[in-house]
Amino acid sequence: MMEHLPALIIAIPLLGAFAAPLFKRHHKAVSIWAILITGITLIVSLLLTREVLVKGILVYVFGAKSPTLVLPSGYKVPIRIMFEVDALGAFMAISATLMSFVGALYSYSHVAHESGLEKYYSLLLLLEVGILGMVLTGDLFNLFVFMEIAGISGAALVGFRSYRGEASEAGIKYLIISAVASLMVLFSVALLYGEYGNLNLAYIAKNIKFGVVDLIAFGLLFTSFAMKCGAVPMHYWVPDAYTEIPAGGNPPLLVATYANLYALFRVSFTLFTNIVINISRAGWIMVILGVLTMFIGVTMALVQKDVKRLMSYHAISQTGYMLLGVGVGLTVLHDPSKLMEFGRDAIAGGLFHVINHIIYKSLLLMTAGALFYVTGTRNLDNMGGLARKMPITTISFMIGAAAISGLPPFNGFASKLIIYETSYMLNPILTVFAMVTSILTLASFVKVFASAFLGPPLKKYENVKEVPKPMLIAMIILAALCVIFGLFPKIILDKLIYPAADALINYLQYHSWGGLA
Amino acid sequence: MNSVLVNLPFIVVAILLAIGFYTIGFKRNLIKIIIGVEILEGAVNMFIVALGYVKGGYAPIYTQAPSGAIENMVLPTPQALTLTSIVIGVAVTALMLAFAVNIYKTYGTLDVSKVRRLRG
Amino acid sequence: MNPMTLRTPSGYWNPIIWVIFLILFGLVAYLIYKAGNPKYRRDTDQVKPFLSGNLETDKEKIQVRASDIYWGFIEALKEYYGVLERMHTGDIRDYILWFVGMAAIITVILIGGI
Repeated sequence: MMEHLPALIIAIPLLGAFAAPLFKRHHKAVSIWAILITGITLIVSLLLTREVLVKGILVYVFGAKSPTLVLPSGYKVPIRIMFEVDALGAFMAISATLMSFVGALYSYSHVAHESGLEKYYSLLLLLEVGILGMVLTGDLFNLFVFMEIAGISGAALVGFRSYRGEASEAGIKYLIISAVASLMVLFSVALLYGEYGNLNLAYIAKNIKFGVVDLIAFGLLFTSFAMKCGAVPMHYWVPDAYTEIPAGGNPPLLVATYANLYALFRVSFTLFTNIVINISRAGWIMVILGVLTMFIGVTMALVQKDVKRLMSYHAISQTGYMLLGVGVGLTVLHDPSKLMEFGRDAIAGGLFHVINHIIYKSLLLMTAGALFYVTGTRNLDNMGGLARKMPITTISFMIGAAAISGLPPFNGFASKLIIYETSYMLNPILTVFAMVTSILTLASFVKVFASAFLGPPLKKYENVKEVPKPMLIAMIILAALCVIFGLFPKIILDKLIYPAADALINYLQYHSWGGLA
Repeated sequence: MNSVLVNLPFIVVAILLAIGFYTIGFKRNLIKIIIGVEILEGAVNMFIVALGYVKGGYAPIYTQAPSGAIENMVLPTPQALTLTSIVIGVAVTALMLAFAVNIYKTYGTLDVSKVRRLRG
Repeated sequence: MNPMTLRTPSGYWNPIIWVIFLILFGLVAYLIYKAGNPKYRRDTDQVKPFLSGNLETDKEKIQVRASDIYWGFIEALKEYYGVLERMHTGDIRDYILWFVGMAAIITVILIGGI
């Protein structure tokens, strides 16, 4: 049973996605079905993570006599599609399943008045499948397929409110962006296939040579994944897509963005790591992209009036921290003394920021969705004095805002602290940018708090009430996670993040399929 | 001359990629941009198929294969990849066109320099 | 306490001790607050704002709106924001052109052109 977990974690949401349209006329039933399926997947992902943390890399070969049969007798190369789950993949799988569960729970009330809910939940579960496939697969073409699944279902979710023209506009923008990015991924996969005659990530990584074609493929993969994770100056789609998607779809879409970030890390650390000279160059590109991303993202956020757009620009700016942290680690990957001194901690800080950011940004986008739910507008100019009417939403917002600004003792602080200290050791200017970004983040959330929640109560919102219970529960879960991750950062880092960082650093283990060949 | 002939598929792929990116980057009509994405996809598919061609190799179909062909069959992976990619491409195109129809209904235009209410 | 302490490359961070200090300082702040002006009465005329004898205007009119917050900051950085505004056209073609440009730059840097 346990060795089939990597297949089950894909199969369960896939079953859920294609069974969802059966509940066509039962809107409550389809919501409960989606919550059930995402809940089961969450449990499966927790089991999977425990397996991986205890036993090391988990390989699942599809269609083989036994799931761990990488090289059938007489073969020197792997020929079957395989999943290769290491601590990093498991860590991303937990984020994906947790956020899909929270998103489904939140959607129960948030989209209750829309029509076509069975399609909505179908797409939500398909998006989860796409993310999980991307983070678990050990096959490059498979990566492309799951990337397209996530892209298509994500774009359809973005355009779900089809009666709004803006939703269709955001949807087609996201779809064209992801189609072009994944076609370029496919092109570079084809370049690598033409050179090495195989699609297995570990096999190609082991045999990779120092050629111009490899570097072109690396550049294309790097840029495509950087665009899909919203790095400046290719970030323009992020605010469009995040703003128009129903707020219940925001958490999975956010994780879909970071699944591409995961692919970026996987490609740089595992696939091309043997190109010794150029990997620190790639690390510097990542660092510079990261600094640009966080600074431009936060300055754009400061001037926004649309509450969800403001938060989307913050999502861009926080992606910069992750790129900075992991990029610092990548620059010193082949320098063991520096790697031990600060590189490993830098990678851990970047990855810790991924899960922290997924938690608090989902929370914030959901509070923005709650504001939209009660006021019917996203324009901050038309809001005011809502704190008295919606106390729980206000407290959740305050926790999320404090976490994203890096105020102790919430979860954003611990990861930002590690990123500051490690980037200081590479170059102090990077830290200056990171800290200024953090201050501006706090400033812009003070703006949201002051204009939406504080101020005199407005007459037009006299009769608004707190949002329904499922939305509140979803927000409270994430707010509680913000506090827990903030109060016990050491435990989370030791149990989850350092194994994931070590999985990136010990690429030789990934190359040998966890010691199977 | 011979090296041009051998590399002809790859030259076509490069030209198609250039046309595709030009179409997406500089045409104003949304439908033309969708066609641009399709051209890109065709270029990538053709690249994979061209990679799978081996001179003197046989198609990997065991029934009715001439004797001796079994020793000299090509790997069918590129064709399988192309088929998958075509199927995905159809889904992407259908969704893009659906969005385009919806945009035309609400904006009354397909000119992308006007379809930009979301910006800034 | 030690398993709670997060060791960073050049320091440490313990949220539990931080929270304990937060509670202590909160207590001190509360004591200072308690020793405040005893004449204060809620819901009387003394809490009304004094505007040189003029009547207080409607609260909705004097609310500071979101676009007015940080006006000075944005005004000071006008040129920077002008550049950003020109970058964010919202045109799908520009999204792809930035991608093509970045792909070219990154690939050239990786190959070693710079």
